[in-house]
Amino acid sequence: MSEPIVKFQDVHKSFGDINVLKGINLDINPAEKVAVIGPSGSGKTTIIRMLMTLEEPTSGDIIVNGTNLWKMEKKGDMVRANEKHLRQVRGDIGMVFQHFNLFPHMTILENCMTAPIHVKKETKEEVRERSIQMLDRVGLGDKLNNYPSQLSGGQKQRVAMARALVMRPKIMLFDEVTSALDPELVGEVLEVIRDIAKHDDMAMVLVTHEMDFALDIADKVLFLDEGVIAEQGTASQVIEHSTNERLQGFLHRFRK
Amino acid sequence: MINAIIDIAPQLARGLSITISVLLASAIFAYLMAFIAGLCRLSQNTIIRKFTGLYVEVFRGTSLIVQLFWLYYAVPMLFGIQLGSNWWIGVIAIGLNYGAYLSEVVRGSILSVAQGQTEAATALNMSSFQRMRLIIFPQAVRMMLPEFGNYTIQILKGTSLVSLIGMTDILYYGDIMRSSNLSQAPLVYLLVLVFYFILALPLIWLTRKGESISRKGVAS
Ligand SMILES: Nc1ncnc2c1ncn2[C@@H]1O[C@H](COP(=O)(O)OP(=O)(O)OP(=O)(O)O)[C@@H](O)[C@H]1O
Ligand SMILES: [Mg+2]
Repeated sequence: MSEPIVKFQDVHKSFGDINVLKGINLDINPAEKVAVIGPSGSGKTTIIRMLMTLEEPTSGDIIVNGTNLWKMEKKGDMVRANEKHLRQVRGDIGMVFQHFNLFPHMTILENCMTAPIHVKKETKEEVRERSIQMLDRVGLGDKLNNYPSQLSGGQKQRVAMARALVMRPKIMLFDEVTSALDPELVGEVLEVIRDIAKHDDMAMVLVTHEMDFALDIADKVLFLDEGVIAEQGTASQVIEHSTNERLQGFLHRFRK
Repeated sequence: MINAIIDIAPQLARGLSITISVLLASAIFAYLMAFIAGLCRLSQNTIIRKFTGLYVEVFRGTSLIVQLFWLYYAVPMLFGIQLGSNWWIGVIAIGLNYGAYLSEVVRGSILSVAQGQTEAATALNMSSFQRMRLIIFPQAVRMMLPEFGNYTIQILKGTSLVSLIGMTDILYYGDIMRSSNLSQAPLVYLLVLVFYFILALPLIWLTRKGESISRKGVAS
């Protein structure tokens, strides 16, 4: 068994007086697909935002590829990570947001090309070719020069995925990527995620309310409740055979 | 009447080069100040932020005429500094004054780019400088365009104050015409208005253009 690519060790997070996460312990293995479910406000988004370095934990450690994400060594002491340290560690992580967050002043091809060129210093030709391939893969090869405002929500979200994939992350985070979409557009986005999950060997963490989808692609499902991981296991263990009452209540509300 | 217009217009036109050159130079200077001060006010460094804040409040809180007179009469006497010809003094005063206003436009536009843009850029591992240069700033500039247009029209009007420190602009020649023939005053000043309005027309057009550009291509 290989080393986990991500480890949460007793991670706490509070916003002011509210303790949102009260001791998260979690291992994610390379290529593992993890689905995170739980009631609204349980801290699902907060967990992946801390991993993306968008939110700093109040205490505890997050280890990525063997390196502490939020702390670095300085003269023998562990001190708060600076921007440079964060940049080194988060290079392996990519994220897709609920509201897409495409760059509106760029075409969708430019959306995909900007980061590899400026962040990874790759050549323009190479990046261009890879971006076109990726946009083809998500079914938008014919829209390269369109601006985000000219696309539907489902198309935007597929661009956002291509943009993240072009960076070749080892860990991809998805935060309820279908919940801002019209129902008829959800399918096309899930299809792309399913395709990535089946064919790419990166680790994926999906915050989702799509239970059937989680059941289908996840190796591991976490049920987050009242600030802790209340239940975890294979999808069938957690979603179909759990005896946890709160989890059953939660699932019941989804399966009318 | 027609004869009078034919008399007066060429006289006023002699002031065109001063009005236009002061307009262009002070607008460029104001834009420069706006970006420098606007970015400084967003700096992490408290001293830089406070210092620029002081500049902005002082120049917004006092009148342009008084600032002009300060630079023209008071500063040379008090500090023995000669800031240059009165053309330069006019440009510096107008530039500093409108730069202060425009720096607030720059700051506000940068702050109003949606937080999600910064987050998406961070998720793509951009440095804070790359986030500003590639993502935030280009969107903020689009939002600034209409206000920059409006303030440039204000600057044009502001240039007429340089006649008070002896610059021979359109208004200066208007005043000369009036004092040589008081009965013509209404016509002279009507023509002065027409001159300024004609100069403002391209600026008005550019402002409209800026508005339509800024309507697309921004996430907020
Ligand atoms: N920046 C913030 N400031 C203050 N409180 C916050 C902030 N971000 C999140 N919270 C609070 O933390 C709690 C957890 O939020 P989080 O977004 O992680 O929940 P979630 O499980 O993703 O919920 P949902 O299913 O509604 O998206 C909520 O109570 C929320 O109000
Ligand atoms: Mg959430």
